[in-house]
Formats: sequence, structure tokens, C-alpha cells
Amino acid sequence: MSVTQLNLKEEKKPAQTAQVVTFNPSPATKPFGTRLLQNGRQMMAQLLPPLITLVLIVLLWELVCSSPTSSLPAPSRVLEESWELIAHPFYVGQGIDQGMFWHIFASLQRVAIGYALAVVAGVALGVLVGQSQWAMRGLDPIFQVLRTVPPLAWLPLSLAAFRDGNPSAIFVIFITAIWPIIINTAVGIRNIPQDYQNVAKVLRLNGFEYFAKIMLPAAAPYIFTGLRIGIGLSWLAIVAAEMLIGGVGIGFFIWDAWNSSLISDIIVALIYVGVVGFFLDRFIAFIGRLVTRGTANA
Amino acid sequence: MAQPYLSLEFIDKTFERNGTRSEVLKQISLGVDKGEFISIIGHSGCGKSTVLNIIAGLIDATSGAVFLDGKHVDAPGPERAVVFQNHSLLPWLTVYENIDLAVSKVFRGKKSKAERHAWVMHNLDLVQMAHAKDKRPAEISGGMKQRVGIARALSMEPKVLLLDEPFGALDALTRAHLQDAVMEIHARLGNTMIMITHDVDEAVLLSDRIVMMTNGPAAKIGEILDVPIARPRNRIELASDRTYLKCREAVLKFLYERHRFVEAA
Repeated sequence: MSVTQLNLKEEKKPAQTAQVVTFNPSPATKPFGTRLLQNGRQMMAQLLPPLITLVLIVLLWELVCSSPTSSLPAPSRVLEESWELIAHPFYVGQGIDQGMFWHIFASLQRVAIGYALAVVAGVALGVLVGQSQWAMRGLDPIFQVLRTVPPLAWLPLSLAAFRDGNPSAIFVIFITAIWPIIINTAVGIRNIPQDYQNVAKVLRLNGFEYFAKIMLPAAAPYIFTGLRIGIGLSWLAIVAAEMLIGGVGIGFFIWDAWNSSLISDIIVALIYVGVVGFFLDRFIAFIGRLVTRGTANA
Repeated sequence: MAQPYLSLEFIDKTFERNGTRSEVLKQISLGVDKGEFISIIGHSGCGKSTVLNIIAGLIDATSGAVFLDGKHVDAPGPERAVVFQNHSLLPWLTVYENIDLAVSKVFRGKKSKAERHAWVMHNLDLVQMAHAKDKRPAEISGGMKQRVGIARALSMEPKVLLLDEPFGALDALTRAHLQDAVMEIHARLGNTMIMITHDVDEAVLLSDRIVMMTNGPAAKIGEILDVPIARPRNRIELASDRTYLKCREAVLKFLYERHRFVEAA
């Protein structure tokens, strides 16, 4: 019994490899239409499941909120009530009466400044803490305490210091994003393999060369983990901070809509916040992939 | 009396960890002539890698000193290039860039940009890796990585090339290829080379002298064996060569009769 089975297997094997050989050149020679169909099918396989889930969720929401006494609007009512808002994202009006795009843009600007400062300071401090035992012992306990302070708790203090809403919001972003950047950078620096350090020593790289050519690329995967967590937290914090400081910005827009009982507008704004946050995360991940190409798999 | 090109004089090394001192090396003295190929062999844990790291300057000796070409050595430097056991190529650089990093650093101001490029390519040619110059280390095989590691070390134009179990992680066939490549390079360039190994055949095939170390703690040089076989050497002819077999037997007797490694089961 087993012998015949073994024979069968062996006969099958060459046939399989032969198939693989002919398989390779085939995509190039296939007609364009077939390739398009193949690609389209792959795209569908990727897009279909999330689309189906989305439709189901919207249907469920419509069902649950369809009664006239419901406290939250159903999707159809959101569309109806906030159509102005959805249709004219680039609308320019007086004061805080702006299209969604401008609110998001204002928030993104604050995040960009605060986050950029956090990246520079965070990577610098992370390198310091990762490199030096003394800096680690001196600074780490302070970082560990400060990083547990909720972002919004910094806001009154920064308002007192800056006496203006905008820099205060930027400071809140900065202080929120910096901790994961510092901590991950430090871990990355401390994990640089001894081999790379030996290579640097044999080559007698000076401090700056070591920093630029060994340290940063070796720690890059860790640093980008920190950067990704940081951007997520920044986006979380900006909405809360803007609710309190007022002015143009997605956070205050939501708060203002609540005060005017425009629940549908709030829902539109939340969708915007979610989508923008998603793209921010993907954007940092994309840059990370570009920069750390080849680093992850040694 | 003429001083040898590289000399180790009364090297002691003790490590101290958590208050317990362990003596690793005791009174290691060795002279190496220019162009000589030396192997250091011993059981694992005998401190042979420590000897190499002390010559490289990566570890400080507790007492004693290393002199190279008349100068005292106490820090790492490119004139004592190391081929590391696990190649230690930087994964984010291509093969070319890995060697260029060394060449740019060592020859900055001494060679023009075009000369440096030519020198990188020359060293890649030496190890027959020019075809893979734009690949990243992750995309080439273990043997190829080690070839590039050798090219990087050679590109620094070292006075001594230090090889730390360079072929330990490779399969037997690849290892033989690389041994031949190293022999050829040694014949062509006449480098002074010191190789750490635990492979008896490798030691006899490549070396002019084999330094045999006793077991630790406090390892010493037990014996130094001359390998009086003419070069170029051919591994197939040597397989039945009487001198080769006698040398091999001498090393084996040292390692397995007089200095058996008790802990090795």
C-alpha cells in the first residue's frame, strides 16, 4: 500500500514543477484584458469585505434610530440635515462658520507644528537616554511620571504660560506625542547590535558619523514605532484641546455643534476625524517603510 | 634582536562580574611575522576570541601589551581590520555601500572619488562579488555575505587581517570555497592574517603556524605548531600528504588527548 502511494507522489512531483515553470512567463504573455480582470478580482477581494461590513453597520444604525422618538439621528436624517455641510467642504464664511475642510486644515496645522517639534525633541532626548547610562538614570523616572499626565491636564498650565489658545494647543500636542517617541527611540538605540558598534569602532567613526550612519538607521524601526504612536495620540489630543480653546478647528466645531444641538453635524465631523486620523497613521507608516527599507530583516 | 611585526607580550585578561573575578587568559605571548598566516585553535570557551578582540583593540587587556609594526596598540583601528563571525554587514546598505563606508572613512583625503570607487570595485572583484554590488545583505547567501565581510576588511588595507571564526556559520561546501578564496588572497596580497577557528582541517590547510590554546580558566598557549607545507596548497592533494596528516594528527592529539575539554559531552 504505502509503496504505491510513494510512487504516486513521486510521479506527481515533476508534473508540478513543470507547471510552475510554465506559470512564470505566462502573466507577461497574457492578453491585457485577462490581466485587468485578474487585478480587478484581487481588488474586489480586498475591498468587498469592508464594504459589506460598512453597509451592514449603516443598515443596522438606520434600523435602530429610525423611530421618530430616537435621540440620535439615523443616517438618512444625517444626510438630510447636514447636507450643506457635506456638500460644501470648502465653504468660506465669517469667523468659525467655515467648511469642514478648513476646520480639519486648522487642526492639522496645529498637529503638524506640535508633532514636528515633538519629533525633533523626542528623537534627540531618546538618543541621549539610549546612549548614556547617566542620562537614563537621571531622566527616565521623570519621563515615567510625566508621561502619565493626561494631555488635557497640561492645557490650563500652558494657557497660563502662553496666554493664548493656539500655542497652548500646540504645546498639548507636543507634550502628548513626545513620550512614545522618546521611549521607543531610547529602546532602539539601546538595542543596536554590538556587531554594528564594533564595525564603527574598527572604522573609527566619529560621533557624528556614528550617529548618522549607524545609530539612526539601526534604530529607525523603533523610532518609527514611536512616531506612529505619537501621531495617533496627537490626533486624539487635538480634538479635546480645541474643544476648550475655541476658534476654527475640528474640536471646537464638534463642541459648537453640540451647543447648537446639531447632532447630525457632530456625526459628520466624527467621520472626518476618523478618516483623517486613519490617513495620518498610514502616512507615517508609509514614510517608515520608505526609510527603514531593508533594516527590519537583517 | 628584531621585533616581530605583530607581538603580544604577556597578555593577561580577567573579567569581573558581580564581584567574582574570572581569569580568562594568562601570560599570552606571541610574535607574528609580516605576511604570516596564523591560526589560533582551541576548545570553545578557551578565550581564543578574547585574544583576537584584544589584538583588534575591542577589549582591553588587564595587563600586557600588543605592538604592531613597532607601535603600541590600545584602541580599535582600520589597520587591524576584523572579519566578524556573523559578517556584521549593515543591512540598510547595499553591498557596495557597505564597503564604500569603510573605504570613504579610511581613504578620505588620500584617494579621489574615482579612485575610491575603483578601490571598492577592486575589492569586490577580489572576492568575486562585483555582480551583487547593488544587493542588500538580506538578498544574498551566507557565504556571499562573508565574502563581502572579507572584502570590507581588505578594503581598509589593514596591516593585519583578523578573522574571527569567519566560516563557522557556513556549510561545509561553502566553507571550502571561502577557504580557497582566502588562500588565494593571502597568496596574492601577502597579508598578515590571524584566524580564530575550531576546525582542525581548516587550521592546517590555511596556516603557516597553528597556535594551540589550553582550556580555560586562565588559558595559555599550549603549543605552537609549524606547518611546513609549500604553497600554493591544494586540498585534494593534501588529503594524502604525509606532512599534512602529521600536522593534523599533532593538533588532534593536543586537543583530544592532552587537553580534552571535559565539559563537552
